[in-house]
Amino acid sequence: MFENLSDRLDRAFKLLKGEGKITDINVAETVKDIRKALLDADVSYKVAKNFTDDVKKKALGQDVLNSVKPGQMMTKIVHDELVQLMGGEMVDIDIKGSPAVILIAGLQGSGKTTFSGKLASFIKSKKGRQPLLVAGDVYRPAAIQQLKILGEQISVPVYTEEGSKNPVEIAKNAIKFAKDNGHNVVIVDTAGRLAVDEAMMQEVENIKKAVNPSEILFVVDSMTGQDAVNTAKEFNDRLNFDGVVLTKLDGDTRGGAALSIRSVVDKPIKFVSAGEKMDALQVFHPERMADRILGMGDIVTLVEKA
Amino acid sequence: EKTKESVLSKLSRAIAGKSRVDDDVLDNLEEALIMSDVGVETTVKIIERIQDRVARNKYMGTEELNAILKDEIVNLLEENNSVYNNKVTYGDEKKPYVIMVVGVNGVGKTTTIGKLAAQLTNNGKKVYLGAADTFRAAAIEQLTVWAERSKSTIIKQQMGSDPASVAFDTLSSAKKNDADVVIIDTAGRLHNKINLMNELSKIKNVMQKVIPDAPHEVLLVLDGSTGQNAFEQAKQFTKATDVTALALTKLDGTAKGGVVLGISDQFKIPVKFIGVGEGIDDLQLFDRKTFVESLFNI
Ligand SMILES: Nc1nc2c(ncn2[C@@H]2O[C@H](COP(=O)(O)OP(=O)(O)OP(=O)(O)O)[C@@H](O)[C@H]2O)c(=O)[nH]1
Ligand SMILES: Nc1nc2c(ncn2[C@@H]2O[C@H](COP(=O)(O)OP(=O)(O)OP(=O)(O)O)[C@@H](O)[C@H]2O)c(=O)[nH]1
Ligand SMILES: [Mg+2]
Ligand SMILES: [Mg+2]
Repeated sequence: MFENLSDRLDRAFKLLKGEGKITDINVAETVKDIRKALLDADVSYKVAKNFTDDVKKKALGQDVLNSVKPGQMMTKIVHDELVQLMGGEMVDIDIKGSPAVILIAGLQGSGKTTFSGKLASFIKSKKGRQPLLVAGDVYRPAAIQQLKILGEQISVPVYTEEGSKNPVEIAKNAIKFAKDNGHNVVIVDTAGRLAVDEAMMQEVENIKKAVNPSEILFVVDSMTGQDAVNTAKEFNDRLNFDGVVLTKLDGDTRGGAALSIRSVVDKPIKFVSAGEKMDALQVFHPERMADRILGMGDIVTLVEKA
Repeated sequence: EKTKESVLSKLSRAIAGKSRVDDDVLDNLEEALIMSDVGVETTVKIIERIQDRVARNKYMGTEELNAILKDEIVNLLEENNSVYNNKVTYGDEKKPYVIMVVGVNGVGKTTTIGKLAAQLTNNGKKVYLGAADTFRAAAIEQLTVWAERSKSTIIKQQMGSDPASVAFDTLSSAKKNDADVVIIDTAGRLHNKINLMNELSKIKNVMQKVIPDAPHEVLLVLDGSTGQNAFEQAKQFTKATDVTALALTKLDGTAKGGVVLGISDQFKIPVKFIGVGEGIDDLQLFDRKTFVESLFNI
């Protein structure tokens, strides 16, 4: 659907072969192309604008070497800039504390419950800890049952209170249960909620207060469009979360939301979810994400296990 | 909200005191459309149309520009089949009328089915639901709850069983029991997974063994907060199942769902429903004018 940015830029630069330096005038078309690529990838309008302004400043005055394709050179500038924006050191999750509490939050259908299962499995097998899953979604039909089935698949116990309508109480009781039963990591799944739903946002804040999590993860669908920044900002204002989980990256979305969220809330992307199965969890690679946003192929990182 | 200015007031400010649409106005318009997920291509198309019309019949002020704008955008949206304009009429003519619901993971398929079934049973229709998502954990239990809430009959098998076989059972049973409408839930699947897309075609073929012209409607559910990827979803699902209608969910949030403008225009598929909440009554018939209004009231 989208043309490769690098090809597009090569075309745009054909005209200036031999002109030597990138100037204000000859870079305008190119910057427009970059902007379009970013918007096609669902990077937020404002983030894309600031980004291209920065890139333009960086590009001005650079030599257009006759030996390299100027399009490639420009793509490299853009790519490096993207990596830098999304990158930094890999930040591991904090599972210190006894028990360490991890709170999972996000919009409806973003992949929270599935991720909760994956994370529990990861913590059990890779970190050698004894996780407990907590069914804190008391609203969605069969949400508790869903988590129970996932727990069974990965052999991790699930704390539930069928019939209770109080997620704050459930979370509190679950921690007591964990202490009594030797679980040292507690993962609390919560119901999906919209940032504009005041009562539900208050609820998740209350859960946070009640259980004092060492880690709050915001789960976001990588197919999200321009609204990603609003949502991430609202959730961050309310919860001051520690990291982001990008889901459904096994699709073919460019995933520009990753860049937007990173620029707006400045929180690291800690995990990438790429599949429905319990082992489809990866760490985040800023390089690959930059390639992907620019449409440069990201096949390496995809787990094709439909 | 407070922090954000409505597009129209922004536009009005850009236009104030000017006698023609200049770059400033167009920039503002562009920003508004992109931020509603309309996408670059469709935005350019809309802006070109506006420029054309302005060139032809010089506009006078804000009012006219607003009118022209809405007009052009409404035109991009495929008109709903008129029978759907004010009421859900599935099952009035064909019996049983078969609807197959498809879409990527977590967009709101099962919930939309529950709400739609409730509207139909409220209109006195006898509704059968087929639990053909046999893959996702507790998908069957979830649809069972919606069947109870909507007073419909659910046909199901075990988790992990063949979805085509569930669809077959549902149609057979619905036919035998004189149901008015059948709605088949399917597992969420990403459109780039060829095997899963082929499975949909297979489900369709098996249904035709019971009712030769089934499904009568293939409803593609799109999440209103999805960005440009929704295009590819529409394209691939249409290829696999001949989508006949769209439902756009989660419009009770701040996302605008503007991507359907381009989709509806390019694939000529009408948007029939919008989801505006998680409750049983939170499904509305899509109205082009209201939708376009809401695009401009950020
Ligand atoms: N392809 C794919 N599907 C995923 C991924 N993560 C989750 N899903 C699917 O997305 C759908 C929604 O996932 P859930 O885990 O139920 O999402 P949720 O955020 O808990 O949803 P609510 O509790 O309703 O808000 C399910 O069909 C999952 O199987 C992923 O990384 N890739
Ligand atoms: N706010 C809001 N939430 C919705 C709407 N429609 C569905 N949801 C929620 O979105 C989540 C996913 O809905 P489902 O109906 O399970 O989605 P699905 O497409 O069947 O998901 P899979 O079968 O896992 O692919 C649930 O939490 C629903 O309650 C809507 O219009 N507004
Ligand atoms: Mg959930
Ligand atoms: Mg479903």
